[in-house]
Amino acid sequence: MTKLFDNSTRQSTLTQFHIDGPLVLGLLALVSFGLVILYSASGQNIAMMQGQIIRLGIAMAVMIALAQIKPQTLRRWSMPLFLVGLALLVAVLMVGHIGKGAQRWLDLGFMKFQPSEIMKLAVPMAVAWFIATHSLPPKIWHLVVGVIMCAAPTLLIAVQPDLGTSILIATAGVFVLFMSGMSWRIIIFVASIISAFLPVLWIFLMHDYQRQRVLTFLNPESDPLGSGYHIIQSKIAIGSGGLDGKGYLQGTQSQLEFLPERHTDFIFAVISEELGLLGVLVLLALYLFIIYRCMVISSQAQDNYSKLVAGSFTLTFFVYVFVNIGMVSGLLPVVGVPLPLVSYGGTSMVTLMAAFGIIMSLGTHKRILAAP
Amino acid sequence: MLKKRVAIQDFAAEARLFNHRAVVAMLVVVLLFCIIIFNQYQLQIVSYQDYQTRSEDNRIKVVPMAPNRGLIFDRSGILLAENRPVFSLELVPEQIKDMPSTLAAIAELIELNPEQTASFLKQVKAQRRFNSIALKEQLNDTEVAIIAANQHRFPGVSVEARLSRHYPFGNLFTHALGYIGKINVRELQQLEADGEAPNYAASRDIGKIGLERFYQRELHGTMGYQEVEVNNRGRLIRVLRSVPAISGKNIHLGLDVGLQLTAQQVLKTQRGAIVAMDPRDGAVLAFYSNPSYDPNLFVLGISSTNYNELLHSRDRPLINRVTQGTYPPASTIKPHLALLGLETNTITPTTKIWDPGYFMLPNVDHRYRDHLRWGHGWVDLYLAITKSCDTFFYELGVKLGIDRISDYMGKMGFGEKTGVDILEENSGIMPSRGWKRAKHNQPWYQGDTVPLSIGQSYWTTTPLQLAVATSVILNHGERPTPHLVTAFSDEQAKVPNLPDLTPVIEVVNIKNWQVIMDTMHRTVKELGGSAHKAFIGSTYDAAGKTGTAQLAAIAQDAKYDANAIDERLRDNAMFIGYAPFDNPTVVIAVALENAGGGGSNAAPIARHILDYYFSAGVNSND
Repeated sequence: MTKLFDNSTRQSTLTQFHIDGPLVLGLLALVSFGLVILYSASGQNIAMMQGQIIRLGIAMAVMIALAQIKPQTLRRWSMPLFLVGLALLVAVLMVGHIGKGAQRWLDLGFMKFQPSEIMKLAVPMAVAWFIATHSLPPKIWHLVVGVIMCAAPTLLIAVQPDLGTSILIATAGVFVLFMSGMSWRIIIFVASIISAFLPVLWIFLMHDYQRQRVLTFLNPESDPLGSGYHIIQSKIAIGSGGLDGKGYLQGTQSQLEFLPERHTDFIFAVISEELGLLGVLVLLALYLFIIYRCMVISSQAQDNYSKLVAGSFTLTFFVYVFVNIGMVSGLLPVVGVPLPLVSYGGTSMVTLMAAFGIIMSLGTHKRILAAP
Repeated sequence: MLKKRVAIQDFAAEARLFNHRAVVAMLVVVLLFCIIIFNQYQLQIVSYQDYQTRSEDNRIKVVPMAPNRGLIFDRSGILLAENRPVFSLELVPEQIKDMPSTLAAIAELIELNPEQTASFLKQVKAQRRFNSIALKEQLNDTEVAIIAANQHRFPGVSVEARLSRHYPFGNLFTHALGYIGKINVRELQQLEADGEAPNYAASRDIGKIGLERFYQRELHGTMGYQEVEVNNRGRLIRVLRSVPAISGKNIHLGLDVGLQLTAQQVLKTQRGAIVAMDPRDGAVLAFYSNPSYDPNLFVLGISSTNYNELLHSRDRPLINRVTQGTYPPASTIKPHLALLGLETNTITPTTKIWDPGYFMLPNVDHRYRDHLRWGHGWVDLYLAITKSCDTFFYELGVKLGIDRISDYMGKMGFGEKTGVDILEENSGIMPSRGWKRAKHNQPWYQGDTVPLSIGQSYWTTTPLQLAVATSVILNHGERPTPHLVTAFSDEQAKVPNLPDLTPVIEVVNIKNWQVIMDTMHRTVKELGGSAHKAFIGSTYDAAGKTGTAQLAAIAQDAKYDANAIDERLRDNAMFIGYAPFDNPTVVIAVALENAGGGGSNAAPIARHILDYYFSAGVNSND
């Protein structure tokens, strides 16, 4: 009994603040690793380090704050948040239209704000809310409504134009439907529909620069000084790192700036060059641990809404990791996705930490609710 | 009730369903991570060498460094061609905050022409911001001093020095040394064809003519390079490896500054050439073509006004008269012909002829006149040379015939290039039957041989050929290859450049050769010898032969009157000589255009040169 008490007091300090120990440890390890790499990738830029640390502090605070909110509250606000997000997307479109140019953000006076960041959280939450109001697996018409809920913001963001973000948001919503247990037959059917839709996307919806990115991805050497430059230099950086890397701060591709966007989207190439395959394996292990822990939290969550939201966030986080590494190492076309929690800057870091905060909330409020 | 029961049943099934999906999702995640790892393995382990090489290619650049050009010295070690720093005003745009005001401030200190400034601003736009760009080139000493004194006011502005060729003696050595200039497209193609181009990656200049051109390879040296690390914009980060350039070889000439100066001073404005050579080895001691010009004009790029002036000057200063000037040798080749006469037994030292003042071929009316209108009377070989009797040689020439003359004189070097170590050389013309057939498509007439016998008509030679042919007599049949360069040197060693003599003529009777040398000696020594007056009172024992080449055709029975004809058609004065008589160390050839008689004009010039040669002991060290 005493033993149990001792154990529970240690846990209670964390549980008191609704923080998942293993997850927060994993996140801290990843963030620290990220800061060490950023110091090198930024060319030992102290100002950049300060900025990143401040942003991390804010993001951590947001995470802890969101972890305190009860799942019921989150669930109740899912739909309203979604609707507000949609309204803001329309507003951005109007402002952008008036400004006669592509626009992704709203100028609130004191800061520039991207409504699409809200939607990264709001879309899966709202879809999960809708699906969870009914029993699982969802019926066809539930799925149809869910798809429509995904499609509306996706299209609004796609016309901004921000194809990368819009696809990620659609993916987050679709993950909810997948985790909810939609039948494999439907999954296969929809997958074939999307494949058929791709040429339409290519011809009618994609801008020239987006098409160019895909073409460059397919054959980067065709344009070594133009759009292929990024991917060629990135692959050189990765390949020349070898097994154990050129050494911290010793990467010639990164330090001499042959590698473009070295501190943002292409920071993975810096890790590969300076720390080699071994450093990459450490990074991947950290990511896999975080994803695994989040998935465990999801499956242990108390209700379907919590499970679906946590599961969707987890898989979306993985997609970020995979898309970034894939594009930097030449497996995928170049889309502007940062390496989560490692790349410099961006509101995406706050959004990601907010998602982890929500996952913690969904995971840690379970027992307290279940106790009575 | 029913609804509730279904809900309770669903709860466990739903959890199972979600867990099942979570497992599937994790499997997919792990699978995709494996793909990433496999791809990383391919890039970092399998293709490591390839990417490693490409990464090194990115960062390491090779910067070539031009070698210093070899120096050129005269025989006593006086510098004739040096590398001197020239200064240019250079600006680094990156370090200059306000370009217009900086330019305005500089313009207040030194003169800037608007054209230069405009081209500078164009460069600023075109080049990298951290590259140094020249605003003004060839600063004079005052400008350098002004900028240096105001340096502190202009960060990013500096005076840069680079080495440029300079010829301290100006026009004194031009035709021997030549000059260098910027490498042009044709020269670059030639360098590429020769596989020399990589060695010139950092070089701006190349020898254009003269020794600078002939010895380009030796003078140039070997390029050095630095391996430097650069960033993506090409800015130098650090030097990884440095291989210093190897300077070109210095070359040492047989020429003597004092002899050259003497030649220049005695010629004044007289068009002509003087060449002096050591007959024993072919080392050239004096090599002067007048008028000359300043080769320094060409080094930094000559203005078109200056160049046109040189090109179109009536005095043709660009012609190297020592090796390119082709003159009728006139009577200077009489000793050579006489030698042939003796060696072939056509004449003997005692052969006498009657000179009535003209020579006539059998059955032909034409009178080939002697320069002495009333004739020399009875003339033997000695008199024929010392007084330069034409009739004697008309007769000798006709007896020898064109074939023997052409063959023998050809062996002495007439009609072919001497092989001197500059490329600007003419071969002159040693006529023969074949030559006339090829050139004029006519047979050789006996009448052609007559004027040829006194070094006129088709026969032309360069002054250098005369010196070489005379050396053949002195060397008893061995011909030297004239050469300006007597040695090469670098930091380690000095290597002599001594081409061997070539045996060209077999001696039949050595006495004949001595007789010929004796006739030339008497020409100088005997009262009445054509060069006697010029050498009265000389402290050394000289020998020689004068020549007066007629340029204007003179009608039968008309009298040559120097004052009556155009200055440019007046006779050329020629002289060949050597000294000391018993052991010649110097042979000299002088050609003066439109100067008049050889004895009265060319011989005194040679006297001055030889006076200096012996008084200064130019060649006495060997």
